[in-house]
Amino acid sequence: MTGHKKILLQHIDKPDQYTMSGYESRGGYSTIKKVLGMDPLKVIEEVKASGLRGRGGAGFPTGVKWGFVPRNSGKPVYLLQNADESEPGTFKDRVLLEKEPHLCIEGMLIAAWALQSHWSCVYIRGEYGYPYVRTVEAINEAYKKGYLGENIFGSGFTHHMVVHRGAGAYICGEETGLIESLEGKKGQPRLKPPFPAVVGVYGAPTVVNNTETLAALPWIMENGAAAYRAIGTEKSPGTKLISASGHINKPGVYEIDLGYPVERFIAEECGGIWNGKKLKAIIPGGSSVPVLRADELKGVNMDYESFQQAGTMLGSGGFIVMDETVDMVDVALNLAHFYSHESCGQCTPCREGGHWIEKIFHRIIDGKGQAGDMKLIENLCAQIGGHTICPFGEALITPALSCMKKFPEEFLSKIKAVEGETKGQGSGSRSSSMLAQVQ
Amino acid sequence: MATFSAEADRRVHELISKYPDKKSAVMPALYIAQEEQGHVNDEAIKWVSEKVGMAPVHVMEVATFYTMYYKEPVGKYHVQVCRTLSCALRGAGQITEFLEKKLGVSAHEVTKDGRWSFEEVECLGSCGTAPMCQLNDLYCENLTVEKLDALMKRIDKENPNLRLSMKTDILGDGLKDLPRSEVI
Repeated sequence: MTGHKKILLQHIDKPDQYTMSGYESRGGYSTIKKVLGMDPLKVIEEVKASGLRGRGGAGFPTGVKWGFVPRNSGKPVYLLQNADESEPGTFKDRVLLEKEPHLCIEGMLIAAWALQSHWSCVYIRGEYGYPYVRTVEAINEAYKKGYLGENIFGSGFTHHMVVHRGAGAYICGEETGLIESLEGKKGQPRLKPPFPAVVGVYGAPTVVNNTETLAALPWIMENGAAAYRAIGTEKSPGTKLISASGHINKPGVYEIDLGYPVERFIAEECGGIWNGKKLKAIIPGGSSVPVLRADELKGVNMDYESFQQAGTMLGSGGFIVMDETVDMVDVALNLAHFYSHESCGQCTPCREGGHWIEKIFHRIIDGKGQAGDMKLIENLCAQIGGHTICPFGEALITPALSCMKKFPEEFLSKIKAVEGETKGQGSGSRSSSMLAQVQ
Repeated sequence: MATFSAEADRRVHELISKYPDKKSAVMPALYIAQEEQGHVNDEAIKWVSEKVGMAPVHVMEVATFYTMYYKEPVGKYHVQVCRTLSCALRGAGQITEFLEKKLGVSAHEVTKDGRWSFEEVECLGSCGTAPMCQLNDLYCENLTVEKLDALMKRIDKENPNLRLSMKTDILGDGLKDLPRSEVI
């Protein structure tokens, strides 16, 4: 592997790193001791200066988000760790929760001190049983040592932390959906404004940060903003965890310096395309970002700006690779099914439109496509995008539109094949499809 | 009328004390009720609503919104196969096909002896070790039909505990030599 800076995965291969003794033996919890002696506002300034951006997908500057929290509002400030990792293709936070739970806790404590928050919650997706258990154990250890609770490290600072298990709803990864869920309701997102920084959980100022974002804080506070800025690019400083999956030889979680070339990442970290096949396309940032064809990767680097220039996004870093055997209509259907299943049902365009889009892709694959189907999907997408409370609407339409835009001939050939056939004959295309679902 | 154990009662009260608002305990309380009843039935809804001070209809709303609360009984061993893109690319379809044949039931049905059921679910965050499934609360990764078949045979013989208990925060023992996680 080329010389990427290891900030988050530095000790990931040490088998005892998840324990208090293992974590402390490698310098763990030494940074928070120092931070507790700092002016909280200085901590915020340092994080702002580091250029750290939200690693859950949106990429919003973390320090700026913290700066929105009103100080002395008379209400408590709450800190929530978004560990509801559910974006298809993404499994990076899981690695941190399982193998570095104390790093996540130390990051939480740094954020809590900066925000002067006395209560925080780790919201973990319900299916992550093992990461849940590891996190609970780590928190119990921290309480025993006096690193959580009253008068932490003799600083006079009090902080309590709980772990909350989700129960299988993708939408709770959206920060206001998460807040609703934590309040004991259906996880249906709220209209913004007001933003959570002002009115969040229990009506109080709230910061929701992704696990990976929080886990970067101990390193930043230990080594300084300038050292963090020295990694990556000017606008995308630091490192990013990339979860690589699909048709590659070495799937897994990799920490890269932002700005690393995509083609090199595929060839070196991912070990190239499996079975000697050719690369067809990638989805670089989780299933809700646009697809890139193999011929569009030249000169593209893995950072927020370069991906944006290429017409896609870094997102959560859920990097899905597809080889030449993949049928893009299958991909579009697979993801359309995901989004129609996960719609929270609050906004009509998303709740209904998602199902319609799925049905149309289905009929195209079943050999019953009609001449205007692609136009119809485009029309539906236009009525969903921008017409919903939360960004799920955009997430839903993006894979549908980008698969059709980048590979129109694959959709057209299926539809035309039907037009050429005698009526009522159907088509066998479904059984030959690689992703065919047995239902 | 179903009864709930003293341990369940004690645990829910402990959980309630951890949150600024007791309604926040509705989700863990539902897990605990499900642990005792096997699924979330009317008694569970009523018990939870009394504990967390919410109207039964609001507890029902929560129980039906989230997929991990079973509204109908599932098999003692419930297999959830991830069907989303990364798993589909690496052959998840064959896993489902195999389960359908082996168990002789469709998704969401339970075998006559009450032991097995399966369903297809959305991305479980195990894309780098695809295809995969969840056996109750344990992940089973880098799956092949042969590997799953062998595991199911062992489970039928050894009857292991594969559930995460929200009463104790302990994940079942699982099967010896089956790793808890294969993610890298």
